[in-house]
Amino acid sequence: MANNEKTIEIEVLRYRPEEDDKPFLQSFKVPFTDDMSVLQGVQYIKDYLDGSVSFRWSCRMAICGSCGMMINGVPKLSCKTFLREYYPGKITLEALKHFPIEKDLVIDLSDFIGKLESIKPYIVPDAPRALEEGEYLQTPRQLDRIAQFSSCINCMLCYAACPQYGLKPEYLGPAAIALLHRYNEDNRDSAKAERMQLLNAHEGVWGCTLVGYCSEVCPKDVDPAAAINRNKVNSTIDYLLRFVAPRGGN
Amino acid sequence: MSTRKPYVRPMTGWWLKNPVYIRYILRESTAVFVGIYAVILLIGLIRLSSGEAAWNGWIDAMRSPGAILFHCVALGAAVYHAITWFAVAPKVMPPLYFKGEKVPVEKLVTAQYILAGVIYLVLLGLILWS
Ligand code: SF4
Ligand code: FES
Repeated sequence: MANNEKTIEIEVLRYRPEEDDKPFLQSFKVPFTDDMSVLQGVQYIKDYLDGSVSFRWSCRMAICGSCGMMINGVPKLSCKTFLREYYPGKITLEALKHFPIEKDLVIDLSDFIGKLESIKPYIVPDAPRALEEGEYLQTPRQLDRIAQFSSCINCMLCYAACPQYGLKPEYLGPAAIALLHRYNEDNRDSAKAERMQLLNAHEGVWGCTLVGYCSEVCPKDVDPAAAINRNKVNSTIDYLLRFVAPRGGN
Repeated sequence: MSTRKPYVRPMTGWWLKNPVYIRYILRESTAVFVGIYAVILLIGLIRLSSGEAAWNGWIDAMRSPGAILFHCVALGAAVYHAITWFAVAPKVMPPLYFKGEKVPVEKLVTAQYILAGVIYLVLLGLILWS
């Protein structure tokens, strides 16, 4: 084991709100084996080199969405990225771009959580359904329309990829719009009219200029850019229908 | 007492910081060339309506090396824009189903090239024929 252990340099963009006015890079030498993820590299730093380095993680298996960070400038899940991919080069870690840094690799995600809440990320049924009526049925085709968009794990890598979000933080952004689309397209849902108002707004789909990087970095193949741009069409139709039907045709 | 002091990183020079952003800016700037090309065409139309001499003058101007160079660059820009557009268009439209199966994006991308090819051939045929 010890023989094939190599050492990689990991630079971490540190920011300690009590002491620092702005972030600075701190370099660490981390011994690693081929099966170690970048997250494990940072855990090594915290356990053995500097206990004050802060970062988020939980599942270690690309499911909880909490370990996202900029790895050499690219937003990635650190538990799904391996140190060996960068060796013998060095790795530079930075908190997810476009979010305020709370401390080191930890971002302030309250803006995203607020947006997520605003799109009503749950099924709003038309009328309450009694238990005896059984489950809501859905055909494979109906499921297929939403399956891809429901795989989102709220990791916010897409926000860190989106320069429009960095420039205009009021923009609803990729994941929130992808999830909005997921619920709007669900045959069991009936809150489309309310959600359309968020989409139609200037901060909604029209904040997107199709840079497309969000879909490239998404670890779950959600393709938020597709959801956003499909909804530019929906938003236009909704706008035109408003002249004919008062509720935007919904 | 809260010691929170979230740090907001500046966005200056963001478009140079990632090859994806550079490609995006390139794609968007193709619009400048297409726009100038449209203006040149429009001027041509105006010259056409103001008599033969004016029209011939415009044609001569179009034959200058500068004009030819610009048209080559504008063509390149338009083709680059078309390629990027063809790559994303099938993703941004609602899914198409054929016999109950979702039509794969790659097939739709190819279909656009075929369609564009057919349109060009028809146009070329019309021009050569007239
Ligand atoms: S859309 Fe993809 S990148 Fe964005 S939060 Fe969801 S899983 Fe993460
Ligand atoms: S630790 Fe859960 S996604 Fe990486």
